[in-house]
Amino acid sequence: MSGHSTYEPKTGFERWLDARLPIVRLGYDSFVDYPTPRNLNYWWTFGGILSLCLASQLITGIILVMHYTPSADHAFASVEHIMRDVNYGWLIRYMHANGASMFFIAVYIHMLRGLYYGSYKAPREVLWLLGCVIYLLMMATAFMGYVLPWGQMSFHGAVVITNLFGALPVVGESITTWLWGGFAVDNPTLNRFFSLHYLLPFMIAGVVILHIWALHVVGQNNPTGVEPKSKADTVPFTPYATVKDGFAMSVFLILFAFFVFFMPNALGHADNYIPANPLVTPSHIVPEWYFLPFYAILRAVPDKLMGVLAMFGAIACLFALPWLDRSKVRSMRYRPTARIHFFIFVVACCILGVCGAKLPDDQIIPGLTTFKVMESDLNSFVWLSRVAAAYYFAFFVIVMPFLPLSEKTLPVPDSIASPALSHPAAAPVEATAAPEMKG
Amino acid sequence: MLRKLSVIAAVAGLLTAGVAGPALAGHGPLEAKDVHWSFEGPFGRFDQAQLQRGYKVYREVCSACHSMSLVSFRNLGDKGGPFYDEKYPNSNDNPYVKAIAKDYEVADIDNETGDAIKRPATPADRFPAPFANEAAARASNGGALPPDMSLLAKAREAGPAHIYSIVTGYVAPPAGLKVDPTSHYNPYMAGDLTSYWSGSHEHVPPGGFIAMAPPLKAGQVTFDDGTPSTLDQQAKDVSAFLMWAAEPKLEERKQTGFAVLLYLLLFAGLLYASYRKVWKNESH
Amino acid sequence: MAVAAGGAAAIAWPFIDQMNPAADTRALASIEFDVTKVGEGQQVVVKWRGKPLFVRNRTKAEIAKAVADDNASMKDPEKDSARVKPGKAQWLIVGGNCTHLGCVPTFGGGDYGGWFCPCHGSVYDTSGRIRKGPAPKNLIVPEYAFLSDTKVKIG
Repeated sequence: MSGHSTYEPKTGFERWLDARLPIVRLGYDSFVDYPTPRNLNYWWTFGGILSLCLASQLITGIILVMHYTPSADHAFASVEHIMRDVNYGWLIRYMHANGASMFFIAVYIHMLRGLYYGSYKAPREVLWLLGCVIYLLMMATAFMGYVLPWGQMSFHGAVVITNLFGALPVVGESITTWLWGGFAVDNPTLNRFFSLHYLLPFMIAGVVILHIWALHVVGQNNPTGVEPKSKADTVPFTPYATVKDGFAMSVFLILFAFFVFFMPNALGHADNYIPANPLVTPSHIVPEWYFLPFYAILRAVPDKLMGVLAMFGAIACLFALPWLDRSKVRSMRYRPTARIHFFIFVVACCILGVCGAKLPDDQIIPGLTTFKVMESDLNSFVWLSRVAAAYYFAFFVIVMPFLPLSEKTLPVPDSIASPALSHPAAAPVEATAAPEMKG
Repeated sequence: MLRKLSVIAAVAGLLTAGVAGPALAGHGPLEAKDVHWSFEGPFGRFDQAQLQRGYKVYREVCSACHSMSLVSFRNLGDKGGPFYDEKYPNSNDNPYVKAIAKDYEVADIDNETGDAIKRPATPADRFPAPFANEAAARASNGGALPPDMSLLAKAREAGPAHIYSIVTGYVAPPAGLKVDPTSHYNPYMAGDLTSYWSGSHEHVPPGGFIAMAPPLKAGQVTFDDGTPSTLDQQAKDVSAFLMWAAEPKLEERKQTGFAVLLYLLLFAGLLYASYRKVWKNESH
Repeated sequence: MAVAAGGAAAIAWPFIDQMNPAADTRALASIEFDVTKVGEGQQVVVKWRGKPLFVRNRTKAEIAKAVADDNASMKDPEKDSARVKPGKAQWLIVGGNCTHLGCVPTFGGGDYGGWFCPCHGSVYDTSGRIRKGPAPKNLIVPEYAFLSDTKVKIG
């Protein structure tokens, strides 16, 4: 992006190293001199926050492994050993458990920001795809990590998720047996999940490096969606972005600390403090909150295979997004209709999350029995989740590709620094579509 | 062996068929009673006198059936614990703890003969379980397994308030509810009573069946500090004690948290000031 | 080229196959169970191959209900008589995992007098047949045989 490097080695050692391995130069170009759009808002600080989350999870995770025993007979007790006997074990375990939730809060905000400001559009498709891969790896890692304490929710969560693969025709059963290493979720399953839970975060770290590399090739998007054109549009990463990211991180840490120290079990399930028992499923089994929307989509479909396909399809939509969206305007700041759809989409995701936490047949309005459609009362969470899931998919396959055909957009400013049209409030309402200015 | 296992499983099945029912159409248990605890809130701490009373209730009543296998005697003398004494920073030296441990017998192996023996417990030992194994526990309790109490207060959604509500919540079963002679009706117990209810579908009573008979009654435990031994008091104290057993580091956690938050607020304030300073001359 | 690909496939197989059940896991024995322990209208959960198995002593009413529904519309149609041993209609032995995603259904819930799965709301009737919800199949009837009137060998 920045063309040529402005790094000048000052000491003899730096010159010596720079000629052999220009690592200081790389760091300088990426995190000091790197030109950053000057109009980035706080939604852009979540990239830095996510790096912090990853680092925190890696460090606390490696420490926990020093005390944890991956065995169906000892896992539960070893986690309690960490909580009760290991010095500051309670702190490290609560940081790791709540850190996972914090990681997902941050990643969802990061993704929605990308969605709103069109950060997935050309030339940032690969950047977006790498982000989707990270998200997928995060989900796998979080799921396997939740199994490790071997409580009731761990065990039955593992049963449900691994059985998803059983929905595949012909090979389904062989695949679940292969995943379990037995005829049920048992010690072999726990051991392999532990192995992979340790491996995947390092894969995430690897893909994060690619993600940042791709970011530095194409440059950051910004709230206007207009590429920076001159020096006036940018500021150097340090100190401008560093200090802003640092402040946002410290605010995020306050939230994190609040959960760790004052409500460490609020985001978990009480049932997971009961050791795993294959003979009894907890009466209300739900995944961790960050999987709830997908879980609701799974349950919204009355057929097993179709439900599983819908759930994976919901994630596949994210991968296809750069090619689904056909709008010429990048940022939704200048797409009023798309913006309304975006907010409905966010609400639909939240509704799906709520539905995922409820029993499907529970009534939304207690006491009101309406009529049954497809064997379920219309006044039930399963129908609410069907409506929300339908919107979820419609957003990707209908709104994204077809809205731009008839959409009225606001005029897009010529450049970031151009003050005249830098904010929608300043733009005339009855404006026609302006072609995107390629930077 | 297999036979034995299947017996265990058999009894487990009989029990779960009765107790663990899904909350269909809102026939759930009543919401746990609202109790005020000394350990609530950001500055909450355990009330040591209450923990001591609670321990006595556990020792004299609960421990006859309920194990507490994750807790060691030494924990009683740990900071924040019921018998903590500043004079004994190492809880293994605490004379109270030593005396409590000595009252229990734990299984061991004689080093010389290799025979299985019983010896008095030391502070380093864990609380021995009242039954040798799960099958024995079920056999002595009409097929029901008294849950381990080490984590009970964290393993229920409502926490210690749930324990308090169960213990104080026994009421006579409403007419029309078929109660098995070995179980008891409790409106705070999880379950679904639809199939035991002869009345209308809309009026299924809340709660479920519990195998445990009402465990506490007024005057059952004599408190050494002279606190009147009412059912309410006993239930509250033992629930607080079990919360301590489940989360012994609660005080340390909240105190650390306060300092950490204070530091972070200061740190965030400083960063905000530098942010304003750095961006002062840049329009954005 | 083909040789190299063949070699790569051959070396890959052990690395894939190691995840399949190990020899000691495969060598799971069958179990024998004394059905007299199950009272009428009761159910016992036996652990078999790491999973629960329901052994249910059905009441006359439950059997009648299951037989009466033999021709009702079902996702996985099956006669009640095909799910029990001849002359032993009171003994229903089925796998205790929901065929949807493997949760353990509880007896006494749902509209069909049988099992209800708390995870995703599948409802089974008194013959363990799927009647409502996302599960694709009836509760699985394992291979078993009555050794005597009171003893059954499963597996």
